[in-house]
Amino acid sequence: MGPLAPYEIISANTNMLLAFVIGIGFGFVLESSGFSSSRKLAGVFYGYDTVVLKVFFTGAITAASGLLFFSLFGWVDLAMVYVNPTYMHSAILGGVVMGLGFIMGGFCPGTSFCGASIGKIDAMVFIAGLFIGVFVFGEGYPMWEKLFMDGFQGYPKLSTVMGISDGVFTLLMIAAALGMFYVGEWAEKKFPQPEY
Amino acid sequence: MTTKTKYLNPYIGGVLLGLILLAANFIAGRGLGASGAIKSTVVAAVKETAPTHYANSTYYQEFEASHEKGKSPLNNWLVFEMMGVIVGGFFSGALAGRLKLKTEHSPRITSKRRLIFALAGGILFGFGSQLGRGCTSGSALSGMAVLSMGGIITMAGIFGTAFLFAYFFRKNWIQ
Repeated sequence: MGPLAPYEIISANTNMLLAFVIGIGFGFVLESSGFSSSRKLAGVFYGYDTVVLKVFFTGAITAASGLLFFSLFGWVDLAMVYVNPTYMHSAILGGVVMGLGFIMGGFCPGTSFCGASIGKIDAMVFIAGLFIGVFVFGEGYPMWEKLFMDGFQGYPKLSTVMGISDGVFTLLMIAAALGMFYVGEWAEKKFPQPEY
Repeated sequence: MTTKTKYLNPYIGGVLLGLILLAANFIAGRGLGASGAIKSTVVAAVKETAPTHYANSTYYQEFEASHEKGKSPLNNWLVFEMMGVIVGGFFSGALAGRLKLKTEHSPRITSKRRLIFALAGGILFGFGSQLGRGCTSGSALSGMAVLSMGGIITMAGIFGTAFLFAYFFRKNWIQ
């Protein structure tokens, strides 16, 4: 039966309204988990606060398992669910540039909107930077168009590429996440920092 | 002991985040995102202020082609979702007593330094999110949920790079 919008079970306008509702939930969970604080976000890279690791990977494995179950129950047609394309070069380089931005700015786009919504001025300035960065990319596009389009490999799932089922891959992802949570809990005790 | 800021247990927060991401996939057939909404806003602003330039630029025209004809670039799933994020974040902050205008920074640095780095980080993140076809939400988190190879590579790129360079920016974050 699902996904609802691509199968036109709900109208395009209803889909937009639900986007707003989903966004409220998204923002609420991010803020209440502490993602409105750059200090908590950057903590993962020094070990003193690993909330990013815990929330991010718990979220990813919950959604991945949920999609598998929904597909098993016949509730969602995975063929109609959007899978991000793989452009090898820009995927790596884009990630590297974003990683630098993360450690310098202390936010990512979603979390900066959360921070700004409760009055963090550093988050507002980060958002201003985001607009500049996107604008620069758009204006200089001919310069990096080739790089942007290089190494296109379609829309592969990593499980398919590795030759294992989605279920086994998700199980491995859960095991990896549990291992990281263990390291995270250990790091928070090992590298404490005072709150300010 | 000073009062500790009360946040949700991160594993519970993670499960809730996962359920919201699952709902987005079930309803809209797509994951969450953030940088796409910024792109829509930039595209709309250029279209409004410099229509000739807009019509001659490959980047903006590619967006136009992927978008429903005759509708504003702002008529976009991610734009509505991000408006929700601001509302949801505000409600959570209000309920927890965290609404306050302030620049958060380490005691070792000045507010000015914090804001300069925030701006530089934002510029890099904005640029990188276009190159990587999505940010931490759209590419990394939502990509992982659907097991996308590209999404997982970008996720590793973001966190791996930030870890590698953390040492050079430690003054901004730790004592």
